[in-house]
Amino acid sequence: MKSEHSMPTVTSASTRLIKKQKHNPERKGRYIVTTCALLIIIATAAIMIFLTQKGLQSFIGNGLSPLEFLTSANWHPISSGNGEPSYGALSFIFGSFAVTILAAIIAAPLGIGAAIFMTEIAPSWGKKVFQPIIELLVGIPSVVYGFIGLSVLVPFLRSSFGGLGFGLLAGMIVLAIMILPTVTSIATDTLHSLPKGLRDASAAIGATRWQTISRILIPAAMPGLLTAVVLGMARAFGEALAVQMVIGNATSIPNSLTEPAATLTTIITLNMGHTTFGSLENNVLWSLALILLLMSLLFIILIRFLSSRRKYE
Amino acid sequence: MIATQEKEVFDIRELNLWYDTNHALKDIDFPIHEKEVTAIIGPSGCGKSTFIKTLNVMNRTVPGVRIQGEINYRGKNILRPKTDLVELRKQVGMVFQQATPFPKSIYENVAYGPKIHGVHKKSKLNEIVENSLKGVALWEEVKDRLHAPALGLSGGQQQRLCIARALATEPDTILMDEPTSALDPISTMKIEELILELKQKYTIVIVTHNMQQAARVSDKTAFFLMGELIELDETKMLFSNPSDQRTEDYITGRFG
Repeated sequence: MKSEHSMPTVTSASTRLIKKQKHNPERKGRYIVTTCALLIIIATAAIMIFLTQKGLQSFIGNGLSPLEFLTSANWHPISSGNGEPSYGALSFIFGSFAVTILAAIIAAPLGIGAAIFMTEIAPSWGKKVFQPIIELLVGIPSVVYGFIGLSVLVPFLRSSFGGLGFGLLAGMIVLAIMILPTVTSIATDTLHSLPKGLRDASAAIGATRWQTISRILIPAAMPGLLTAVVLGMARAFGEALAVQMVIGNATSIPNSLTEPAATLTTIITLNMGHTTFGSLENNVLWSLALILLLMSLLFIILIRFLSSRRKYE
Repeated sequence: MIATQEKEVFDIRELNLWYDTNHALKDIDFPIHEKEVTAIIGPSGCGKSTFIKTLNVMNRTVPGVRIQGEINYRGKNILRPKTDLVELRKQVGMVFQQATPFPKSIYENVAYGPKIHGVHKKSKLNEIVENSLKGVALWEEVKDRLHAPALGLSGGQQQRLCIARALATEPDTILMDEPTSALDPISTMKIEELILELKQKYTIVIVTHNMQQAARVSDKTAFFLMGELIELDETKMLFSNPSDQRTEDYITGRFG
């Protein structure tokens, strides 16, 4: 009885459903989002292929020795009277690594410390005060950081340490401030994502707050905290404008923190405008860009590796 | 029958607790005796978890909390601001509903308590770890992988590890806040057996949702309702012949 009654309703309901599906925006939506995804993939692939091809041009097409490029600090792109032009990029590779690592050394403890303050010491008002500050720091354009560095920091360093004021020291300070919000916000998120039970469990054993922070929370959050620092470093490594304004742009390896230097990015921005596309001088800049690309790949791999080691999701 | 003049570990007098304006515990008078298992039952939100967390003063840092009255632990009112919470929590261990192993090795989890209380000698630590793990019947299962991560253990093993971690500071009381509610029946049974074992040496207070569990493991049972202690009696008495109508309604399943 009952099944006889319900049969026709089921059929008519399912035919209704099938009919509806034809006009259904379901498929259309799917096409739109798939296209978006594909476009991003194509754009990324295109950039990578182009960059690789252009970056290798100076070695393959122009016969520049890769070994010389990577290990020589002799950068004389315009042949002067005394010989052939030379393209040793070691000073810039060194400069990039130096400012990045130095900036991380300043920003990591400050950022992680601020994150601990926000999540563990003053969770109620700490976040209220810090969150807007961090968002503001992220929002300031890099040219403004560079401008402030140029007009305040460089003169200050010049009067305190002598020399020009331009140099690694100025670069690393500006970069440290720029990556501080990245480090702080990711470190904060990591600490927030730890199970709340950890804090209670540690306190219930009789641990003080500091013991809980230093012995339980920091080790538990370590992969995430390292991710925060690496992401900051990735940003520092790629930053061009602000660094270029304060680092001095000397094409030799500096002997001290207060001497001018240059990075991969600053040399590209400085020279891309006045070199002819297709010339060796221009191709070498692409090779520098290729190094930047490889480094960012390395940073991504590192971050992937660190997040796979996370103890809690 | 069971001697009421047995030594009191906790003597709670007129305990009142508010979360902002919510009066969560109302005039609780509650003695807890040495080497007994006291079970606390009651419907959700009745204050039983709040009560047990007050015994090691875990909820004083909750924003908006206000506590009045006395909790005398071994004759000292622990609600006084000068109480040494580090020392108190060494004596009064706690196990939570969710097993919360630290992301360290099994060994380091157990050794954590002794270490923060100043034990650093390797041989002493080894001994404590072994005894604590034996105390929760986990030693045989993990003795070959003491330095493996604790998060790799099963849920039941993790909870026993947490109990071992509490035992490692040589407490005299263990507070258990629904220790089996996240566990499967077999793990639950193991924990219950363990509780019966542990009461030879420790005073145990256990909050449970499960009335059968209270009946199985406890000597005394307390029934909380809306922040009030309705009844506290020998477990057998409370379940067979409750003196309050509300207790009877609850244990016979008429509400809650």
